[in-house]
Amino acid sequence: MAVAANRSRAATPLIYGATLAVCVTAFLLALRYLLSEPVAAAVLTLPLGLPWIGAHLRLDALAAFFLIIVNLGSAMASIYGLGYGRHEKTPHRVLPFFPAFIAGMNLVVLADDAFTFLLSWEFMSITSWALVMAHHRDEGNRRAGYIYLVMASFGTLALLLAFGLLAGQSGNYEFSMIRTAHHTPLIVGLVLVLLLLGAGSKAGLVPLHVWLPLAHPAAPSHVSALMSGVMTKVAVYGFIRVVFDLLGEPMWWSSIVVLVLAGGTMVLGILSALFETDLKRLLAYSTIENIGIIFVSLGLALAFQADGMGWAAALALTAALFHALNHSIFKSLLFFGAGAVLTATGERDLDKLGGLIHRMPVTSFAFLVGCVAISALPPLNGFASEWLIFQAILQSPVVPQWGLKIMLPAVGGLLAFSAALVAACFVRAFGTAFLGRPRTPAAERAREVDRYSLAAMLGLVALCVLTGILPGLVIDGVSPVTQALLGARMPAQTGIPWFSIVPIAQGRSSYNGLLVLLFIASSASLAAFVIHRLASRAVRRGLPWGCGLPGLTSAMQYTPGSFAQPLRRVFGTVTFRARERVEMPRPGDMRPARLTVEMRDLIWDGLYAPIVAIIGFAADHLNRLQFLTIRRYLSLVFLSLVTLLLVLTLWS
Amino acid sequence: MVLISEILVQGLQMAAVLLLAPLLTGLVRKVKARLLRRRGPSVFQPYRDLLRLLRKEVVLAENASWLFRVTPYLIFATTWVAAALIPTFATGLLFSWTADLIAIIALLGSARFFLALAGMDIGTSFGGIGSSREMMIATLAEPAMLLSVFSLALLAGSTQLSTIATFMASTHVGLRVTLGMVLIALIIVALAENARIPVDNPATHLELTMVHEAMILEYSGRHLAMIELASWLKLLLYVSLIATVFAPWQIAVSGSGPVAYLIGFAAYLGKLAGSGFLLAVFETSIAKMRVFRVPQFLGMALMLGLLGTLLLFVSRSM
Repeated sequence: MAVAANRSRAATPLIYGATLAVCVTAFLLALRYLLSEPVAAAVLTLPLGLPWIGAHLRLDALAAFFLIIVNLGSAMASIYGLGYGRHEKTPHRVLPFFPAFIAGMNLVVLADDAFTFLLSWEFMSITSWALVMAHHRDEGNRRAGYIYLVMASFGTLALLLAFGLLAGQSGNYEFSMIRTAHHTPLIVGLVLVLLLLGAGSKAGLVPLHVWLPLAHPAAPSHVSALMSGVMTKVAVYGFIRVVFDLLGEPMWWSSIVVLVLAGGTMVLGILSALFETDLKRLLAYSTIENIGIIFVSLGLALAFQADGMGWAAALALTAALFHALNHSIFKSLLFFGAGAVLTATGERDLDKLGGLIHRMPVTSFAFLVGCVAISALPPLNGFASEWLIFQAILQSPVVPQWGLKIMLPAVGGLLAFSAALVAACFVRAFGTAFLGRPRTPAAERAREVDRYSLAAMLGLVALCVLTGILPGLVIDGVSPVTQALLGARMPAQTGIPWFSIVPIAQGRSSYNGLLVLLFIASSASLAAFVIHRLASRAVRRGLPWGCGLPGLTSAMQYTPGSFAQPLRRVFGTVTFRARERVEMPRPGDMRPARLTVEMRDLIWDGLYAPIVAIIGFAADHLNRLQFLTIRRYLSLVFLSLVTLLLVLTLWS
Repeated sequence: MVLISEILVQGLQMAAVLLLAPLLTGLVRKVKARLLRRRGPSVFQPYRDLLRLLRKEVVLAENASWLFRVTPYLIFATTWVAAALIPTFATGLLFSWTADLIAIIALLGSARFFLALAGMDIGTSFGGIGSSREMMIATLAEPAMLLSVFSLALLAGSTQLSTIATFMASTHVGLRVTLGMVLIALIIVALAENARIPVDNPATHLELTMVHEAMILEYSGRHLAMIELASWLKLLLYVSLIATVFAPWQIAVSGSGPVAYLIGFAAYLGKLAGSGFLLAVFETSIAKMRVFRVPQFLGMALMLGLLGTLLLFVSRSM
């Protein structure tokens, strides 16, 4: 798939066109496989990789579902890249790595032995790192790339150890052998922790998320969309594959670990997004929040499965997979929108945008749909999956463990809380970037972007609406996955009249996105029609109300900072130690008054800064070892040899 | 036969909420005026206001976008759909399965989302201050509401409002501490969501205290009429919701005869009048809070909702 690129102009459409064709084919194949009620997995062994294993590839329902997510997102990113890539100043830094990155993600999903999995995982990390470093002359991007590289290596290390533990002493690296082997509770617990470190750091679980808001925005926008919308899902895939497929029966406390981490991820992710002024970084923080939602649902599935309630576990797992699909759709859409804004204005700082709805009508419409979808508002797709998660949480009374019983409603409250915060966050983002008046000349001169970008965005808008009003089709499509992993599935939804979804039983709960959309559309148009027909339809344009003062300027409107101020005061004082300082000069003094807001990232300060300090300290002191004489080096070598031999003798 | 009666009930319900909403607001205003020893406008004044606004021309700010002009209809439509799905005088509405209680709350969330966006469209400080405060209040009111819904759903075994209402009207429900907590939480949320005292003052135009009014300051004519009607509908919706869940007396169950429906309707009118009166008394007897006291007020609702759910588990296992 990887195509060697040159610097010619024709390379951009050629590569994106080829990637598009390949991704669409792969998408259709995976979709056909998933819809044909798969029973047997397709297995392929290649004589590559480690000589005594070979490279095993396997396509089953779970892999097919994630192939759909990967290739759908990649196809859309390729369409977008056809237009967006033309503005790229250094295409030779993006083009070779773009298809390679997509190929890496596909391979991770298909891998069927630990070696192939880790190799593809690392390949995916390295190629995405190269894409993050595409604009490496920017100091911020270099730092982002460095932190990303460190965290990615750390994550792979954790995964390596996890697979090592799973393979055991006999060294069975094939997934089919791991699946049948028996694992002791100690191993299961260790593997879970290592996976949360490895897959969690790639997905962006708090506190391993620090690289994500730096690295995702640094890449070109269609790559940001891929990293946020798709690569995080590959990490989710890795987690599901190992925990639900390879590990066997889970223990109930493992769900508590996952739920606690996921709940914290949700709230911290969205609170960080709420106070962010960089549009792309805001979207990256919101990705962290959505990963939290997905992991909440996975934690629920673990809890239910551990207690032998297959149907409830199937409901929770379906909700998680559905939300993963939805997030890949609307997050790609939002990143494309942010990329369009970046192309049109050269800015991604919300403080320098504004009023784009007049100059970029199509982009702003698409971005608005994305905002509504991500805020979990009916009738779009974000609501459908969050509704399913709420339904899963409402099954909490049947869980026997008291700890879980008390925890699940609290997690439900956190989920509702973060959903409300998401709405606030995206009102702020859309309101300051697209509404109001332009805050800079760049925003004033913005022009609508090219047709390829618009086509990609509108395609995703259509998908947001379709999966929102026909969630039953997605639920039925996912059912082979839950059937294979949990041995249970949700009741079939396609037979229900009017495309309703009924997760458990009629009379308990049901939702119909199609009818809600129809009702809203018909009553809104009815109201508009009646009023325009029978009452007045006159419109006069006038000045906005400025308390009688003429000449409102764009500096007098609410800024992103002022919009977030009440929320910062309520939630930020604890979580971010937000402090406001007002500097008011005395009367007669001509200096301007100043309001400074100081916020601290407590996770960086509390966890990463000490580690960095320890490493720096150790490096300083070990530095002396570089300047020894040859005699001392020889004695050091001798000593370590003796120590190792001693360890070996004592061990056996 | 059942289908016809259900269609009829659904249609009647949609018309009833639309027609009764201004009356409820008029009643609250009238009672408040009487309590302040003013005579106050007639209870039918909101209808007249509505007609007057509909006939007037719209004065749009120069840089208003299409979103600003579409929003009033969207808000009205979502609120009306949500209100039509709440059983008022009869359960077993034809379309009650399209959206359960969680979806109804989310529908109101959609209306708020668009209203807050419209507040930021013109680019004045008033709109911004209103939107920002509204979203701050919503971040606490929404989870409080959902947690209360959790308690109800766990109790009734369903998030479907018709099922909850039927369950509450049955004799299986004793007096429960959880229900009391949920009631208080729901009332607090209802006050906040409807921009009533002590969270917001619907009669004020003082910039330091406005929330809802600040967002809609730029609206006029038919647009304002739509938004006003939507906010009256929302008040009616919350009153109906609390009445259906906590005072389901005489509500007609699906399939009962026309007399039951008539009694149900009369009882519903009585419940509306009673709650309107109580709301007016409450509003006149309490002062408006500072904006930054509101999170504590709503935090109380949140805690009550959570405690109600936990208490349910504890009492169940005994």
